[in-house]
Formats: sequence, C-alpha cells, structure tokens
Amino acid sequence: MNYKNLTLAGSSAPHIRTGYGMGQMMSAVIVALLPALGFAVYNFGPRPAVNALVSAAGCYAFETIFRLLRRQGPGDLSAVVTGLLLALLCPPAVPYQLLLLGDFIAIIIVKQLFGGLGQNILNPALTARTVLLLWGGEMRAWTAPHASLPLWGAVDAALQPTPLELLRANDMAGLRELYSIPEVLVGLTSGEAGEVSALLLMLGGLFLIVRGVISWRIPASMLGTAAALTFVFSWGNGRTEWMLYQLFSGSLMLAAFFLAADPVTSPISPAGQLLYGAGCGFFTALLRYYGPWPEGAGFAVLLMNAAGRPLDSFLLTGRVEKPAPPRLPEIFRRKKRE
Amino acid sequence: MIRYGFFGGAPQNTAFSAPIEPLPPPPQVALAVPARPGVKTGDYVTVGQKIADPGGGTPGVYAPIAGRVSAIGPRVQGSGASELSVVVDNDFSDTLSPAVRPPANPASLPLRQLLTLIQEAGIADGDGSPILSKIAAGVGRTDTVIICACEKEPYMAGNCRLVLERTAELLEGAGILAKLYGVDRVHIALGSEQREAIQTLQDKIRENKSPAVVDAVSLPYPQSAERPLCRAITRRRVPPGAGAAAVGCAVVDAGAVYAVYEAVYLGRPLTHRVVTVAGSGIQQPRNLLCPIGTPIRFLLDACGGVDPKTYKIVLGGPVTGRAQYDMDAPLGRDDGAVLAFCGDEERASAHPRCIRCGRCIRACPVGLRPVVMYREMQAGRQTEQLSACIQCGACTYVCPGRMPLLQAFRGERKERV
Repeated sequence: MNYKNLTLAGSSAPHIRTGYGMGQMMSAVIVALLPALGFAVYNFGPRPAVNALVSAAGCYAFETIFRLLRRQGPGDLSAVVTGLLLALLCPPAVPYQLLLLGDFIAIIIVKQLFGGLGQNILNPALTARTVLLLWGGEMRAWTAPHASLPLWGAVDAALQPTPLELLRANDMAGLRELYSIPEVLVGLTSGEAGEVSALLLMLGGLFLIVRGVISWRIPASMLGTAAALTFVFSWGNGRTEWMLYQLFSGSLMLAAFFLAADPVTSPISPAGQLLYGAGCGFFTALLRYYGPWPEGAGFAVLLMNAAGRPLDSFLLTGRVEKPAPPRLPEIFRRKKRE
Repeated sequence: MIRYGFFGGAPQNTAFSAPIEPLPPPPQVALAVPARPGVKTGDYVTVGQKIADPGGGTPGVYAPIAGRVSAIGPRVQGSGASELSVVVDNDFSDTLSPAVRPPANPASLPLRQLLTLIQEAGIADGDGSPILSKIAAGVGRTDTVIICACEKEPYMAGNCRLVLERTAELLEGAGILAKLYGVDRVHIALGSEQREAIQTLQDKIRENKSPAVVDAVSLPYPQSAERPLCRAITRRRVPPGAGAAAVGCAVVDAGAVYAVYEAVYLGRPLTHRVVTVAGSGIQQPRNLLCPIGTPIRFLLDACGGVDPKTYKIVLGGPVTGRAQYDMDAPLGRDDGAVLAFCGDEERASAHPRCIRCGRCIRACPVGLRPVVMYREMQAGRQTEQLSACIQCGACTYVCPGRMPLLQAFRGERKERV
C-alpha cells in the first residue's frame, strides 16, 4: 500500500484520551440539577423554568461574546451551569432584568476577567446572587407554594415565611404549624426556587459523586459539621428535630453539593477538602445563628472560596513525600514475624 | 483512569482474539546499535549473529535475518531521532548462526552459566534496560518476583497472547527466574478482565507443577507500572520516586520472560517480538511476530493497509508512543504496537484548561500531583516530583480539560538532562 497519500499529524503523545471531557462533566451537573428545577416548577408554577432558561441563555450569550472578542471560540456548557445555578438561587418571582444583571456579574466580572473557566477564585453564580441580594424586596419575595406567579410583570401572590425565618425567630410552634419535617425534606415550602427540595438536591448530589464529578469529602464534611453544630446548639428545642429542620431548610443542600463542591473554587487535596467543608458548615451555622439574615450557607461558601486555594498551597506541594512508617511506642508494636 | 468500556474510553478495533502469526520476512531491517557495531558494510550476517555489544544502558543487538550488511550509518528510528543503525538486506535463506545452539541440559545449568546465556541474548526488560542488570541488582534482595503479563498500554495484546499460546514456555521462563532469584514461586500478574488467559495459565501451572501463582489484578492504566503492581500483590507501598526493588520486589515483563526461556532452552538471542497492529484505521487487527528493525510499512501491509482517512500512525503504545511520518521507520525492541487512528481518539483541545478536578492526582500510578507539577513548571520552578515521574501519561489521558501534561513533563525532563 502507498502511504504517501495520507495526511498524517505529528503530534506528541498521548494519542488517545478519555471520552469523558468537560462537556460530559457539565452536562452531568445540569442533569443533577434538573430534578430540583422540576420540583420548583411543581411548587411555584412555570416561572422558575422560564427564569432558568433566561438566565442560562444570558450566561451563554455573555460568555460567547467575551470569548469571541478574545478569539477563543464560542462558550461551553459551563456557562449554562452557572446560569442555571443563579436562577435556582433566586426567589421564584425574581425579575428577569435582575437575573440578566446577575449573569453579567457572574460571567464577565467573576469568571472571564479572572481568565475564564478554571481560573475564577469565587463561584460565579454564588457571587452574583450575593450582589443581587442588595435588591432586598425582590430578592426576598418568598411566594407561598402553589401561588400562581405571572410570567411577566409585578408579583402580587401571597407571601409566606420560609422555614429558616421561623428558625431564626426560634418560633418552633409556628414552624411546626406551617411545615412538618417531611414537608421541608420534600420541599413543600417557600424559599428560593432551587433550594426547597432537599431530597431531590441530595439525589442530584449523589449522582454527581457516583459519576466522579464532585468529591464526597466536601459535602460530607460540610453537612456533618452543620449537623453536629445544630445538634449541640439547639436553642432550647428538641435537638434532633431542630437539627433536621436546619439541615433540610434553606440552601444548605444546594450549597453543599453544587456550590461548595465546585471543583474550580475548592481545594484539591483530600485534607484540604475536609477542612474546607468543615469551614463551610461552621460558618453556615454561625451566620444562621448570629448573622443579619436568616440564611448563611451561601455566604459561608463564598467566604470559604477565598480560602480554597491557599489551603492547597499548604497541603498540596511539589515535594515527594516519603511516608515514614508510623512509630508506635514499644509496647504497642507487634513482634516482627520471622 | 483507563477503564475498558466506560465513558467511551475503550479502545476499538483491538487484536485480543487474534493469534500470534509470523510476519512475512521483510526485505530489509535497520537495527539501532548502541556502540560501534561488530560488523562492516558488505559482511554476510546470519540469524542470531551478534551485531553490536551492549552499551549505553541497552543490551546487545543480534541479527534477526540472514543477508548482507548494506549500510551502516545514522538513520531515523521510531523515536524520530537519527541513530547509528546497521541495515541488513534479507537474502531469505534464514541461515542460522553457529552461535545459536541449545544447551545440552538446560534444566540443570549452574547459575553462572544461566546468567551468561541471558546476557548473551540481548534481552531488554519492559523499559528498555538490559534484563541482566535488573537481575544482578536484585538477587539476594528480592523475596517477591512478579512477572507482569498485564499489557503495557491499551490496544496491546502481545502479553495476553503469549500467555494463551506459549503457556508452557512462559512457565519454564518463570522457573528460571525463580531459580535465579532464589524464591519458591513467582507471581504472574494478569489483568482480571483476561479471564481466558488466567484460566489457561492456572490449568498449565497445575499440570506442570510450575513454581508460579497467578494474580488477577484489577488496575487502571498503567497496569504494568511497578508501584501499583507491588501494592496489589504484596500490599507493600513503594515510596514515590523509588522502584519495586525498594520493597524487595522485582517486576519483569512477560515478553522478557519468554525471551529468557528462548535464551536458556534454545540458545536463541532476542531477535523478534510480538507486535499488535490495531486501531480504528487498521483493516484487520493482528498480532505479528516481527523481526526487530522491520520498517513499519510491512506490518501495516500485513494487516491489509490502513483506512484512507487515517490521520495518525503511532509506533509504540497509544498513550506514550510516537506519531510516525515515515513508514520506513524501523520497529524497536520495546515497541509493542503499531497503531493507526482515523476516529476522534485524540480529543485534543485548542483551549486546554485546568478546572482543578484532581483526576490527574487519582490517576497517577506513582502517587504524584501532576496539577502541581504543571503549575510550578509554568511558574519556572522545579519540583522534586518531576524526577519521580515515569511519564506513563495516565494523568493526560484522564484530564477532562485536555491539559498537555505529559507533553510538558517530557519537554521539561529533556531540558534538565
């Protein structure tokens, strides 16, 4: 055979790579978020789905414009993930212009100006949500479950306090009257569009852990720390009941599986991940107990974002570690087998 | 991690079920020689005749075919570098060298004579260094001998076929190793997915009462790396940057063990090797027993040529091998595969990026942190870890952001030498 007619590439090894790339990773996150979005639609009507579409399209557009200006080709699914997360982190009736402002902050300022995917220090969706919280009225319009939200214009639906607001007021009687623990777990409450269904968020998070997209360490240590702290400091209420309400309400589950565990902003080293998760859990509890707002999980993760990479620089070095055999006192040492 | 048949990473068009067949004799071979060759242009050489002495960390070189030496000079080898080579034109007579004669009583040779036979056979271990220096360094300090019958890289099927088709010979070789190292039995490591090979080997061990035991290991790529193999079989932890010898183990490639058998029982030096020709661009994947130094065009021809859409032809494994542009590049002693690709196996990205997922750290068989090594390298700093890197490419294979890690580590290593 004549091999002269072939057009051969002369690139360096490796010549094969796994089919599991960035696209597969990002679409796994989207799939993991879809049940929570679906529940938001069940709970609040079609408005959250429209929000998600608007926000995802906005993020993708901003990313594509910026990347085309820098001649880097069109954007990818990571922008869609950011847009989806931002929509889920906002109340169901958030105005569209606020969402688009959030998209701009997330993609242009927090992500692309730092160098794009993988370079941002803070989580884009979370940072944008935190800035949007300055619009106190719109960002805390907690519409009651099954209120019919108009797709356009002012919202005049009935409002209902979130479980976290009642917890913050230490109003257990009011909380029990409004929501039972199973209701909080399943998500039949008021709150941010994507945070209400703790159960479906946990399922999505488990899916991501099984698919190897996120590490189990961060959610486990964040939820573990938050559970331990809320169990111990229960403000004079039944410990288990208080802890379960705390775990299942607010954006703790969303933050643990989808924000804190974001690989870009969290540490890589296993020890760093455990510390990072513990920090997230600790500040969540601290802010929920003493902060100016009822919710604290988002702020806690944003705070720990700043600590993510410094933790790695201590725990993940370029040195070769020669593990020294553990030295136990003489009496504990087993005799060497001959 | 390279897991077979998961997330689309499985090699396609492989040759695991193709038997080992001899390649039709090529008209010419080009042998890279380490030192001054012992032959001159115009000399007539016979099969098994010594061409060059060992030197420069490589074993001696022996003629795989009979014929006249037509040229001695620099020639582009599969590495892409020009190396001193001896070109032999085949006269198709296959005249055997008088030096090749089986010892009278191979089973009861004294140790010294065994070592001489092995030294005079030009056998390289999996990494290209002479097998004799490894044995000499390990005798008396080794309590576990592991024969690695796992494949070195995806697509390669040579070791698996050797186990299936040369079972008794391989076990004789294992017996020689046990004798040399002074151990009661040797471990033969096989990938747990190779069920047929494991069964064949176990049956033969029982039948021959060989001093060997089969270990089915379930490891991701690189299955043949010493550190994970030692860990899987002995539970001992090799420190990063050290070899298996640090924990009293010796890992020997199955191909080298088969060559040891041929050297001791047949008196034959290493002149041929099993090469897997496969990949999406190959019409008919095969395992071929080829003379070392054969230009790769003859291997491709023997498999029905390549697909016209082929964009890459690789000599060596798909993860660490070299892309070829000249089909006259000769087959080297360590090249276990010739691959042609016409699909999207490469999956390179114009905009590689790291998203700090940590997959490279989990994939590294020697416990390094490729993400940190790369970052430090970009910052112009050197890391201790770089010198411990075995350049297997596992980190680069798994990277979802398609970072050019192996490429960077290879370049950096060359600069430091």
